[in-house]
Amino acid sequence: MAIKHLEEYRDSEVSRQLAERIKKISKQDIRLMEVCGTHTVSIFRSGIRSILPDTISLISGPGCPVCVTAQREIDAFIELSRLDDVIITTFGDLMRVPGTRSSLQKERADGRDIRIVYSTFDALEIARKNPEKKVVFLGVGFETTAPTIAASILSVKQMNLDNFFVYSAHKLVPPALDALMSTDDTKIDGFILPGHVSIVIGTNAYQAFFDKYNIPCVVAGFEPTDLLQAISMLVYQIEANAPKLENGYPRAVTFDGNRKAQKIMHEVFKTVDAPWRGIGTILKSGLNIRNEFASFDAREMFEFEVPDSKDPKGCACGEILTGVKIPPQCPLYKSVCTPVDPVGPCMVSSEGTCAAYYRYHRDYENRGV
Amino acid sequence: MSTDKILLDHGSGGKISHSLTTDIMLPVFNNPILSELDDGAIFDIEGKRFAFSTDTYTVDPIFFPGGNIGDLAINGTVNDIAMCGATPLYLSTGLIIEEGFLISDLKKIIKEMGIAAQKANIKVVTGDTKVVPKGAADKIFINTSGIGLIPKGINVAISNARPKDKILLSGSIADHGITVLTKREGMSFELSIKSDSAPLNHMVSRMFSASTDIHVLRDPTRGGVGTALNEIAEKSKIGIRIFESKIPVKDEVTGACELLGFDPLYLANEGKLIAFVAPDQTEDVLAAIKKDEFGKDACIIGEVIADSPGRVVMETKIGGTRIVDMLTGEQLPRIC
Repeated sequence: MAIKHLEEYRDSEVSRQLAERIKKISKQDIRLMEVCGTHTVSIFRSGIRSILPDTISLISGPGCPVCVTAQREIDAFIELSRLDDVIITTFGDLMRVPGTRSSLQKERADGRDIRIVYSTFDALEIARKNPEKKVVFLGVGFETTAPTIAASILSVKQMNLDNFFVYSAHKLVPPALDALMSTDDTKIDGFILPGHVSIVIGTNAYQAFFDKYNIPCVVAGFEPTDLLQAISMLVYQIEANAPKLENGYPRAVTFDGNRKAQKIMHEVFKTVDAPWRGIGTILKSGLNIRNEFASFDAREMFEFEVPDSKDPKGCACGEILTGVKIPPQCPLYKSVCTPVDPVGPCMVSSEGTCAAYYRYHRDYENRGV
Repeated sequence: MSTDKILLDHGSGGKISHSLTTDIMLPVFNNPILSELDDGAIFDIEGKRFAFSTDTYTVDPIFFPGGNIGDLAINGTVNDIAMCGATPLYLSTGLIIEEGFLISDLKKIIKEMGIAAQKANIKVVTGDTKVVPKGAADKIFINTSGIGLIPKGINVAISNARPKDKILLSGSIADHGITVLTKREGMSFELSIKSDSAPLNHMVSRMFSASTDIHVLRDPTRGGVGTALNEIAEKSKIGIRIFESKIPVKDEVTGACELLGFDPLYLANEGKLIAFVAPDQTEDVLAAIKKDEFGKDACIIGEVIADSPGRVVMETKIGGTRIVDMLTGEQLPRIC
């Protein structure tokens, strides 16, 4: 279990040298977007902003899976939990996300059977042990989690279980990047591309996006030196006016990605237009279960009505997810919306930008605008 | 969206639990002893100072590597009393047992409680047992309360941290939290990590033998070191700076935290203490902690600073800085 090698990527001397290099080459004021929520947290936890020069602003993007899940889907999860004989299984981050009228956490306090699991296979085990119940797994996440959920559906088919279902609200990263760049308000000079997602899809998956916008892109790992390395590569590209799509995480990410995972994902899921919180519907950016697997699809197998969904009033999550605003620019941030009493999902999820700002960032609140 | 019901977050030991105490309990029981909100109550009776504390144990699973709910219940209250600077003397225990619970399991738990009491050199002098219908409680819950005597010349309190104090930690963090979390139903990986459940009263008396210039003692249980330091910063109206590279975390704990997305700063400890000590006494107190069987890995993790009162700042391993806030609710495993 020991992950000893990680220490190499947290080395203070290497970090110092990278920070020095960035300071030396960075001349223009630039805005870099880290797309992935795990990057956001790592940047805050390691204090990377505090060692970067003032020329560089890091903007968080739409990479927190819970945060980009549309309100209507959150409301659908809540309605599903209210059905008779249903056990909801979910990753923990979704519990506290406020829907229009309730949250899964509140539904659990009201007696609904909602269980936090660490993987879909734990959800499968619950289904196996409770044959009289219908177990629904709430599938949110990106290309990172989608293959394991696809694999669980394939296993269920083999196991002949008829009480396991998935509500798929999975999203794809490259179409979201495209949507971000085609928005007028977006001011981004370079992308720190997600590491985990890229392990699955490979750097090749961003090629069309890069060719279309010719914007600096570097895939990054999650340790402080990985991130500093990626930032220095981006700064170098920008200062040299030589945009590239580069792999800054070669110890894990390849050109083609994990083909087996991709195959499983495409076997079970089909690409559909999907609603993103704050961005709206993005063409071909979501994954729904294919018709061949409809008997495992909670969207198909359960009848329930989702009453009118409303995004929380005054909440700037949408603009924060697209990097147009940073949390201190939201009127609700810290006044009405806190981790104790969150209004929007970005304040709930451990990977949400607002929660990260609230937790780690009070000293430098105005930087990054 | 505020809530009209109790959520699990209310029991996390973080900000949300804190609001339950300050909004609901304090206004009703309002008195100067309680409003200190220390690990235990401190008061005088006929010229002698006493510490009195209570705690209820609901840990799931009830048996885990390194201990069980029984020794945890003894050690936890012993430690709460010791953190008041007191020598723990007498404990009470109250058991709430679910119908159908195995008597052999009860025997195991009580046996461990006996061993823990002996190790801590305290006596369990009164108790109570209730059995509730199946489903009305989960297996077994234990309450322990205890009383201890504070020797003359000792004055520790959560509000007593002073500028320039050094901050000592008695060993590696998050061992108990990770042990219990990874043994819960639904988690299936094996670790050799054990809970650090241990009595700290002997360590505390060694420390006071070395110096009485110890200002704050705290055992960072629920909410972890991060939350404990925030409570001290807030109550003492001082700023705290800690160094990430100085905080001992076992490799396996770091690994499990990486996988699950937990921050070890917020995970529970059951056999560790934090001490705020006058700078010129630091080495003596550190040496005293290291002599104790549960303090071999003790170290200095930070200091009290003049600026930013109420705030905990951490210098990160890469030389950056960041805020260490109080835990908000239950820490939840990450999603990707």
